[in-house]
Amino acid sequence: MGYSMIPEIGHFALILALCVSIIQGVLPLVGAQQGRREWLVLARPATQISFVLLVISFGVLTWCFYSNDFSVLYVAEHSNAQLPTVYRIGAVWGGHEGSLLLWILLLTGWAFAVAQLSKALDEFMVARVLGVLGLVATGLLLFVLTTSNPFERLLPAAQDGRSLNPLLQDPGLVFHPPMLYMGYVGFSVAFAFAIASLLSGKLDAAWARWSRPWTTVAWIFLTLGIALGSYWAYYELGWGGWWFWDPVENASFMPWLIGTALLHSLAVTEKRGGFKNWTVLLAIIAFSMSLLGTFLVRSGVLTSVHAFATDPRRGIFILILLSLVVGSSLFLYALRAPKSTLGGTFSLMSRETLILLGNVFLVVASGSVLLGTLYPLLIDALNLGKISVGPPYFNAVFVPIMVPVLFLLAIGPWANWKSTNLKTLVQRLWVVAVIALVAAILIPQVMGEFTILTALGFLLAFWIIASGVLQIIKQFKAGKPTRSFIGMQLGHVGIAVFVIGVTMVGAYQEEKDVRMAPGDSVSVGGYQIQMVDVRPTQGPNYQATRGTFEVLRHGIAQDALYPEKRNYDSSTMPMTEAAINSGLTRDIYVSLGEPLDGGAWAVRVYYKPFVMWIWGGCLLMALGGLFAVLDKRYRLRLKK
Amino acid sequence: MKPRHKRALMIVGALATLAIAAVLILNALNSNIALYVTPSDVVAGKAPKGQAFRIGGLVKDGSLKRDELVVHFIITDLVKEIPVSYKGILPDLFKEGKGAVVQGKLDTDGQFVASEVLAKHDENYMPPEAKQALEQAQKNGAK
Repeated sequence: MGYSMIPEIGHFALILALCVSIIQGVLPLVGAQQGRREWLVLARPATQISFVLLVISFGVLTWCFYSNDFSVLYVAEHSNAQLPTVYRIGAVWGGHEGSLLLWILLLTGWAFAVAQLSKALDEFMVARVLGVLGLVATGLLLFVLTTSNPFERLLPAAQDGRSLNPLLQDPGLVFHPPMLYMGYVGFSVAFAFAIASLLSGKLDAAWARWSRPWTTVAWIFLTLGIALGSYWAYYELGWGGWWFWDPVENASFMPWLIGTALLHSLAVTEKRGGFKNWTVLLAIIAFSMSLLGTFLVRSGVLTSVHAFATDPRRGIFILILLSLVVGSSLFLYALRAPKSTLGGTFSLMSRETLILLGNVFLVVASGSVLLGTLYPLLIDALNLGKISVGPPYFNAVFVPIMVPVLFLLAIGPWANWKSTNLKTLVQRLWVVAVIALVAAILIPQVMGEFTILTALGFLLAFWIIASGVLQIIKQFKAGKPTRSFIGMQLGHVGIAVFVIGVTMVGAYQEEKDVRMAPGDSVSVGGYQIQMVDVRPTQGPNYQATRGTFEVLRHGIAQDALYPEKRNYDSSTMPMTEAAINSGLTRDIYVSLGEPLDGGAWAVRVYYKPFVMWIWGGCLLMALGGLFAVLDKRYRLRLKK
Repeated sequence: MKPRHKRALMIVGALATLAIAAVLILNALNSNIALYVTPSDVVAGKAPKGQAFRIGGLVKDGSLKRDELVVHFIITDLVKEIPVSYKGILPDLFKEGKGAVVQGKLDTDGQFVASEVLAKHDENYMPPEAKQALEQAQKNGAK
């Protein structure tokens, strides 16, 4: 039997993409510096070609998965013939090589989008932006081709593939990584704009107006990606937690924090021409954090609940790439950043000051997460022993740093640019403060226990919500608000909704690990959970034990829950599938532990009040971002 | 306010923020780090007293016993063994003969009371700490 040559086409397309990326990364940049028009016009076609090549390459890998071509090592290691089609497609990015290929596909996709949507932009700028993106793509393509080729052959071919980790056989796998990577990689555009402006010395409001929507779109994807990952962990890992301060989570959260700071700083640069240095620096840091995240996740340096391929060559390559990108851009920054100060005069009491303060806190928060994530690696590298830094560290540090951010967030929109009167601010905000205080005192009374931390959570959430509502009323009285304004309000209210969810779950959740036999019942949060029975059942590629539980309130049946314990045919690893009854004000969460004597089971029963608000808040934030991007002033530019 | 004063005030503000953050961070790091200790080191009395720490190693074959919701097992680096008790539901990947990491404290009879049991999310994956504990025990044994 002959082997199909299709995988070689994918491999070949990647090699061609590397060549095209080198052209894209070198000629336009040199052309722009030396004023050679015939070189800089190459940027656009090169970008388009490399995107097409990556689509071909990624399409070929997807085909290999779809057609069960186990002569490709990566396919044989991450898929098998019994896997349902949708998970075979998802399995393309289920491992190291494929997820890097996805990374690069998205990178060239972003570059392609910039090339298509920048017709109105000065061609020197376009050439530089695309050139920088070409250089980044070159580095990553070299990485994939030398250390992580997804098309490597396995000869003779395997009869069947190994398996996809059962944890990953979930719709979460299909959506979470692409969303997250879209966000990660999207910051490369803000980065490229920043580097291009440093190269040209043109750091003006027009530059900020161009990079702002790109940054916002990347931020939207990152927000959704992180939220999806968190939700996936909640229902799939079977632990009912929504955030573990796991290094892999931190790796995606750090660029989010910096990206959030960047969004706000860009607003100042666009509207007031200020903070130019700071904005450029944030754009560089945001993308560096994305690369660092890739390094942490992909190099295997971490001890974490996620499992990784461990190949030191890969780690060293990404580390070199990371230092090259960070080092050269910071060097360029030191040389070329405008010597002016923050730019655009403003008084101490002004929107600029508030945004700057918020920015500083966000950056410090991100730094504290970075420290907690890298500290165990550092200690290990210095041979001082092995340690783990757990959630208590992050809660103790991160929460206090975020309190002032939330506090400032409600004030910022009331303050005027340039200068604002403290007295007017107080006049506008005292009502808000009263509402927030009342909520902070009353809600804990209604829910049960009162603690300072719970009260603080509600205080900040209602401080933000009340402030937002008052502003919206004021704006509607004055005329139709802009989409930007609606976006800002949605984003801020989203944060408040998120804070409410976190506070409620943190303070009032009930978690019970109990022994249950059929007929037994346990009560949580005013509900009775009754075990009906536990029976074996059969899935498409797994055997399972399925429990039936009834959820009752005041003796009336509300819903039935069916948690499962699965054993996948291709794996020896058992899998817990929790069953969740979700609602606006509470989730009931039931999962099976292990069988005990006498037909009984160890069962996990959780009551999670307002847990959906955590992800609902994230959705609102993303929606806010969407409104901001759709603002008229950006649309007009696209039409040109 | 003169621009010079304004800048000075901003720098002072930024430094104060950083200082507060640094204090918070150092404080939190000091009290919230869990040290990894190998079973041999625990037996040799090298485990921190009165503070939570982590042990990495293999779950000894045949050592898993269940007493309703409390589970007992032995974690070993193939040289020394530590009895562990844990109340609650074990992770899916917890298995006899496989690697695991436990976090908790020693009680007065030398039994380790775990507050958390970690088993990694891949059947072919060994926690680096467990692997290291085995290697170290082997090295010391060969001496």
